[in-house]
Amino acid sequence: MNNLIDLEKKINSELTTKINKTSIKHNQIYVEIDKDDLIDVVLFIKTNKDTKFRQLIDITVVDYPEETQRFKIVYLFLSHEFNHRMILSYSINENELISSLTSVFPSANWMEREVFDMYGVNFKNHPDLRRILTDYGFEGHPLRKDFPLTGHSEVRYSEEKKKVINEPVKLEQNYRNFDYESPWEGTKYIKEISETNDKKN
Amino acid sequence: MTKKIKNLNLNFGPQHPAAHGVLRLILELDGEVVEKADPHIGLLHRGTEKLIENKTYMQAVPYFDRLDYVAPMNQEHAFALAIEKILDIDVPIRAQYIRVMFCEIGRILSHILNVTTQALDVGALTPSLWGFEERETLMTFYERASGSRLHANYFRAGGVHQDLPAGLENDIAKFCETFPKIINDLENLLTDNRIFKQRNVDIGVVTKDDALDYSFSGVMIRGSGVPWDLRKSQPYDCYDQLDFKIPVGKNGDCYDRYLCRIEEMKESVSIIKQCLARMEKGPIKTFDGKISPPSKAEIKQSMEALIHHFKLFTEGYRVPKDEIYTAVEAPKGEFGVYLISDGSSKPYKCKIRAPGFSHLQSMDYLIKGHMLADVPAVLGSLDIVFGEVDR
Repeated sequence: MNNLIDLEKKINSELTTKINKTSIKHNQIYVEIDKDDLIDVVLFIKTNKDTKFRQLIDITVVDYPEETQRFKIVYLFLSHEFNHRMILSYSINENELISSLTSVFPSANWMEREVFDMYGVNFKNHPDLRRILTDYGFEGHPLRKDFPLTGHSEVRYSEEKKKVINEPVKLEQNYRNFDYESPWEGTKYIKEISETNDKKN
Repeated sequence: MTKKIKNLNLNFGPQHPAAHGVLRLILELDGEVVEKADPHIGLLHRGTEKLIENKTYMQAVPYFDRLDYVAPMNQEHAFALAIEKILDIDVPIRAQYIRVMFCEIGRILSHILNVTTQALDVGALTPSLWGFEERETLMTFYERASGSRLHANYFRAGGVHQDLPAGLENDIAKFCETFPKIINDLENLLTDNRIFKQRNVDIGVVTKDDALDYSFSGVMIRGSGVPWDLRKSQPYDCYDQLDFKIPVGKNGDCYDRYLCRIEEMKESVSIIKQCLARMEKGPIKTFDGKISPPSKAEIKQSMEALIHHFKLFTEGYRVPKDEIYTAVEAPKGEFGVYLISDGSSKPYKCKIRAPGFSHLQSMDYLIKGHMLADVPAVLGSLDIVFGEVDR
């Protein structure tokens, strides 16, 4: 398929029940599916002669803590033959298990480990689900929106114990998140700001 | 009598000159043959993505310099392009030429480092001495344009920060005349060198299909014979107006990747020359006062410019709600930014797709069955920089 609109039609007609929503934006096709159809859809777009999304570019998660389905899992695909990019996504709840893509794309291995490390999303059938980027023995999932920017623990070399130790973070001043947006709304607004600032610090 | 033979586990790194940074590679050896390789990464993890979520779009740019720190501006380019696409702004033609020129300088910087240190890993010292002298010249160009040799912070959404200083264009043009000779010198030392060939030919072979399955990009995929370069296939800025070739390898081994890099440097020189020839005087950033800061002279005279200046450096510019993936052909491969904006002046999410991450993950596949001495050769040809792998 040389044309994105044809591609969209093709995907919609071949995978009717599995596709929730498609759209075209910025010369890329955005597809939303259900969690359970992942492997089927990916196998189709990888092998079908009209789509040929042969390369998995990346896997990532977007965290929306306020929503019931907290995590949006995003897969980026690239088709060299037709020069298209696809962004495939679905939403899950916090503790849901999702299928691993390692059987279809071996490169998904580390990408899924990173997702697990950064967001705490668990994969089933993953051959080696360990933390990847954070330190050995790290706790928490740093890219979640409720993880503080300064972290929970800091590392230093202890002269007494003659080894590297972990301690809770101690800061002279907390990280301050200033609200610069629309400050011209009168005194009432400024009062509110000082209240929220107190809570933050 | 039977003897029990146990495989040897060897820690390669994290402090090892051939590990190209802080890589801890756990190798399982049967004699001298590698049975399994398990790279442990993350020793340089700084949480770039988390930090970017807490900074305005303009404050986020310097973090991109610190990813692949041997070619900083190529990374900034991806981020600038992503914001420009969401905001739908045009970049003045002079700014496009400046950006492309500095991206190609970045490519030469990165390739010199890689080719020469790879040669160093397999036993040749001289190339690195000659190559690093040229890198130093190129970094002075960086410094003259942006103020710093490495962490440039030069590209902005809508253009570049400042115009080039007087005389820089001439000096870059002079460099383009002398540099091809240096490439030839390097080639004289390496291309037909018996030892270099013995260490690289047929080592770390990647087939076409595997290159696709393992998400390879850049030289790693071109070395295996896939003619794919984002500068040609999905051109950004003014690449579609420039004339250049994409070198493609045949065998997919370390030697072909080395050859691709050498040829790419020659093409980069030609691109820089074309940019210099076509560059005309003109604006270097968009005129939209809501996005690019006003000049000092304007601030002194115009109330509006003063307000813009204040708002830009406190709140920053707002980016409408959108979701986009933009990729550029960085020296190491496809470097992409997956950006989600929520209408505020800070990105809601900014995922960085680093080419080195997927290249390094294939280490086990590449090195299985090779000798221990081939590990540095393969690692060298992967072109790993830990700034971008660990983020």
